[in-house]
Amino acid sequence: MRRFLIAAMLALPLTALATDVPLYTLIIQNHRYEPTTLKIPANTKVQIKVINNDPTPEEFESTDFNREKIVMPNGSITVFVGPLKAGKYKFFGDFHQDTAQGVLIAE
Amino acid sequence: MWGIALLVFREVLEAALIVTVVAAATRGVARRGWFIGGGIGLGVLGAVLVAAFAGAIANAASGVGQELFNACVLFAAVLMIGWHVIWMSSHGRELAQHMKAVGGEVQTGASSLSLLLAVVALAVLREGSEIVLFLYGMVAGGAGGLAPGLAIGIAGGTTVGFLLYFGLLRIPLRYFFTATNWMLVLLAAGLASSAARYLVQANLLPQLGGQIWNSSWLLSDGSVLGKMLHILIGYDARPSGIQLVFYTVVVVALLLGARLFDHSAQQKSARGASKTTVATKLDAPA
Repeated sequence: MRRFLIAAMLALPLTALATDVPLYTLIIQNHRYEPTTLKIPANTKVQIKVINNDPTPEEFESTDFNREKIVMPNGSITVFVGPLKAGKYKFFGDFHQDTAQGVLIAE
Repeated sequence: MWGIALLVFREVLEAALIVTVVAAATRGVARRGWFIGGGIGLGVLGAVLVAAFAGAIANAASGVGQELFNACVLFAAVLMIGWHVIWMSSHGRELAQHMKAVGGEVQTGASSLSLLLAVVALAVLREGSEIVLFLYGMVAGGAGGLAPGLAIGIAGGTTVGFLLYFGLLRIPLRYFFTATNWMLVLLAAGLASSAARYLVQANLLPQLGGQIWNSSWLLSDGSVLGKMLHILIGYDARPSGIQLVFYTVVVVALLLGARLFDHSAQQKSARGASKTTVATKLDAPA
């Protein structure tokens, strides 16, 4: 716990810099991502904002770029992603995998 | 129904594996069934509470509440498992000895047990809250097949846990606690690595190199085996550098800690000049 607190304190200045990180937005509507393909610059840290317009919770998840975060109904979340090497990275909605699928393209 | 069953199965499986390792590690300890059952019960309660307050948690700490919450829960589990591992390094020998000698249960320090109860509760809470949120969404979306899906998922996940448990029981008693102690060490290291990943996701820690390796062609994080190994040994197909740092720090800290306490325990028992201790000595966990 102590290590965690120290890490959190050391990290505070990092969060202050969050505004310098380019922001991309995904919208969840009817358990689908919009857009389904999102282009981001390669080798750059980005923020991805996920807005859930559905009345049900979703989990924004990717095993390809290793992220998972619950998005509450009519809520939004932001995750930091990368820097990623150029390539295609799939993401999905863990709660509606049959429809909520998308690809992140780093180039 | 199958979609529901699959998601519930995956979450239950993750919690069940942790419970299994804890159950194996507390083999031979009196009243442990109550502790583990109590931990699961508390975890389910906690899961419902966490799900109910998921919105508040998500909005806390300027949007990184979810990551902080998960990281805190994971680090708490790491600390408690770590304490037990170090405690076992000096008491595991007595435990195995006693079980060999009397074949019965051991009255042991309740403090170590209640820590493991907490580990069980936290594991169930974390995975359970996702199930609750998911089911809430299914109900809100008017999906059918809820009850059978839930039942199949829980049955499937716990079955795998029981299979692993009975598999572990086949380990000869002489090596048993050495094996479970190692499992606890790797479990704790994996949880620490997951916690680091959450903090990177929230931009609270640098990732120190994106994908140090990519073994997803061999074993994907999304596969059932990948998920099982993710919990059991902290397997990650594409770990970041900071995850490896946390993983290594926990393994090294626990091995050093165990060795340190084991030595002091040996010195004590040497002064007590107990011959049986030497005769039935359990291999040191380090």
